[in-house]
Amino acid sequence: MQILGLYNYWIFIVLMMCGFYVVMSRGNLVKKLVGLNIFQTSVFILYISMGKIIGGTAPIIVNQPDVVYSNPIPHVLILTAIVVGIATTSLGLALVVRINEAYGTIEEDEIHEQDEEESL
Amino acid sequence: MIDHLPALQVVIPLIAAPLSALFRPGRAVWGLAMAASGLSLLIAILLLRQVLEQGVISYPMGNWPAPWGIEYRVDAANAFMLLIVSMIGTVVIAFARTVVEQRIRLPEHKQPWFYTAYLLCLTGLLGMIVTGDAFNVFVFLEISSLSSYVLISLGRDRRALTAAYQYLIMGTIGATFILIGIGLLYVMTGTLNMMDLAARIPAVSGTRTIRAAFAFLTVGVSLKLALFPLHLWLPNAYAYAPSPVTAFLAATATKVAIYVLLRFFFTIFGAEFSFNVMELDRILLPLALIGIFSASVVAIFQTNVKRMLAYSSVAQIGYMILGVSLVSVTGLTSTLSHLFNHALMKGTLFMALGCISFRIGAASLDRMAGVGRVMPWTMGAFVIGGLSLIGAPLTAGFVSKWYLILGALERGWWPVAALVLLTSLLAVIYLWRVVEVAYFKPAPERPVREAPLALLIPTWTLALANLYFGMETSLNAGVARRAAETLLGVAP
Amino acid sequence: MKRYSIPRLITKLLLPLILLFALYVQFHGDYGPGGGFQAGVIFGAGFILYALIYGLDYAQQILPAWLLRIGISLGVLIYAGVGVAGLLLGGNYLDYGVLDAHHPAHGQHLGILLVELGVGITVSSVMVTIFYAFAGRGR
Repeated sequence: MQILGLYNYWIFIVLMMCGFYVVMSRGNLVKKLVGLNIFQTSVFILYISMGKIIGGTAPIIVNQPDVVYSNPIPHVLILTAIVVGIATTSLGLALVVRINEAYGTIEEDEIHEQDEEESL
Repeated sequence: MIDHLPALQVVIPLIAAPLSALFRPGRAVWGLAMAASGLSLLIAILLLRQVLEQGVISYPMGNWPAPWGIEYRVDAANAFMLLIVSMIGTVVIAFARTVVEQRIRLPEHKQPWFYTAYLLCLTGLLGMIVTGDAFNVFVFLEISSLSSYVLISLGRDRRALTAAYQYLIMGTIGATFILIGIGLLYVMTGTLNMMDLAARIPAVSGTRTIRAAFAFLTVGVSLKLALFPLHLWLPNAYAYAPSPVTAFLAATATKVAIYVLLRFFFTIFGAEFSFNVMELDRILLPLALIGIFSASVVAIFQTNVKRMLAYSSVAQIGYMILGVSLVSVTGLTSTLSHLFNHALMKGTLFMALGCISFRIGAASLDRMAGVGRVMPWTMGAFVIGGLSLIGAPLTAGFVSKWYLILGALERGWWPVAALVLLTSLLAVIYLWRVVEVAYFKPAPERPVREAPLALLIPTWTLALANLYFGMETSLNAGVARRAAETLLGVAP
Repeated sequence: MKRYSIPRLITKLLLPLILLFALYVQFHGDYGPGGGFQAGVIFGAGFILYALIYGLDYAQQILPAWLLRIGISLGVLIYAGVGVAGLLLGGNYLDYGVLDAHHPAHGQHLGILLVELGVGITVSSVMVTIFYAFAGRGR
């Protein structure tokens, strides 16, 4: 049962692979970013899982003895990574907008074709 | 104030970045950026002297002591790296003003943002080097990466946009891998401080989690440093970025990633675990050799000179990784010394190319015909940089090649030493193509003038540094050796 | 102007509450859950809602782009400035304890309050700026 008990880590792995696959297989620049987002989000689950302590409450000090708190540090760390994810996504989307203005398309193969024609 | 140098190293460019966003376009904002990077160069020099005299400097951020708070830790290795990055940062910002004013895809009122992005990139790179906290490395890595995506996308060619996008995707995957690796390390040890990690990992080093963390970190950092099969983002990004950005990133960004790799391999995991248990050298050595060889061959067939030099960068990264895979003081000395020398030579070459494309609009071989006669100073710097890249004696490049070959011979790897010499000949071939076109083809019919002094002075500063450090090797060989000994744990 | 009157009305009702909640999260952040980042995002989201319903032009009359530009820089400068203040008062960078010479705990309180304020200002300005940049494109 230990394998099932670690289900949050399995979710992390499945999500990570899904995201990774989308990034690699899709030619649409926006879909690639969606995949990248899923990929990054999966790591959030990894970090949040590792902060959980069985029986632990939210790490806010309550004046009672013998209270077990969950570890807040992974949450703080992942908050930083979430901010990074937002910045990456918005920058990526901004680049896609500019690419669309410059090329008139956001399909990778069509952009590639236009570049090939230009260099000939 | 002298005690606070490690913090100020990062804080000064960090404060200058938002300040420069408030400025009007013009010289004042450039002056601010110049002052900030000049100050960080000064701090880096002081730090290096202090470290060489007194040993490791530890600085607790916010006065929270080391394993709990974030510690900034400066030893010989990262003091040396700080010097490289801040030096290139200062020279390139001097070069950047003219190019930013005239040759960048930004409306005039947004030009101060260029300096903001540049200073943030500098902040990130310096932070990655100076910090002693594994998670902090990730944060600074993202600061520098995000701003470098912005800087690359400012190139005038529309392909700069797709290059920046491609780099964004690859770079984010790399950074996320690093994040996963650091997370797994934290699961097993409960700490993020590098020295604390190093102390606690041996107890759990047999577990699969630590091995997985090692793998994630290796792949993630290799993506950022463009190790051979993971280098696909690099040629386009360098080729289409504005020339000061290319010079800056080529000379610093991948170098800092290599430093991070060294830090993880040698300080955190330890050479014993990385190379005897995980046997990483068996992977790094062939990848480095294939990378050097294939990238040099591809460079020969490029017609865009900027792209040619970008492929040459991939090859040079191969030399540095080759030095790592020797796992000896000499090998590591060659890596660290090549970090320094390569920053000098690629900085010179890309800035000289920047001068050329500033005058003739592009850096393609067919348009560069006869440029050597009308822009003698620019091409002179280019030739010096090229000689250094090949590794000709009396230039900086010779020093690191020398140590690399010595290191290979020490291990008894004759074929490797021979390959290093052979691939240097490949560098002669691709650089000769540029020199031939520039000097022996008829001069262009359009009137072309020598590049303005504002561009020539920084270019020649670095070109002369190539010659100076080819003869005076106490810094790029002596200090590099001490840094290598620090990393390997031979010296205190 | 007469169209979509229900969303307009609801926005008018909700907006003060959203902004107030943002301020609550902001200033509650030093002792309880909350903080500058969350507050900044809530504030930005509230303002983006206003811009979505009433249009970009109205929104930019209230929060013009130049103000946001100052906000972005100001937040980071507050953050870094608190750190430098710690340096000047004889502590380490970001050492809040020295901000109040007699009660280090008060100094800690003040320091984190200011730092979170800087974070909040920058985050909300950045959020709205990102929205403006995308919404204003192609007009």
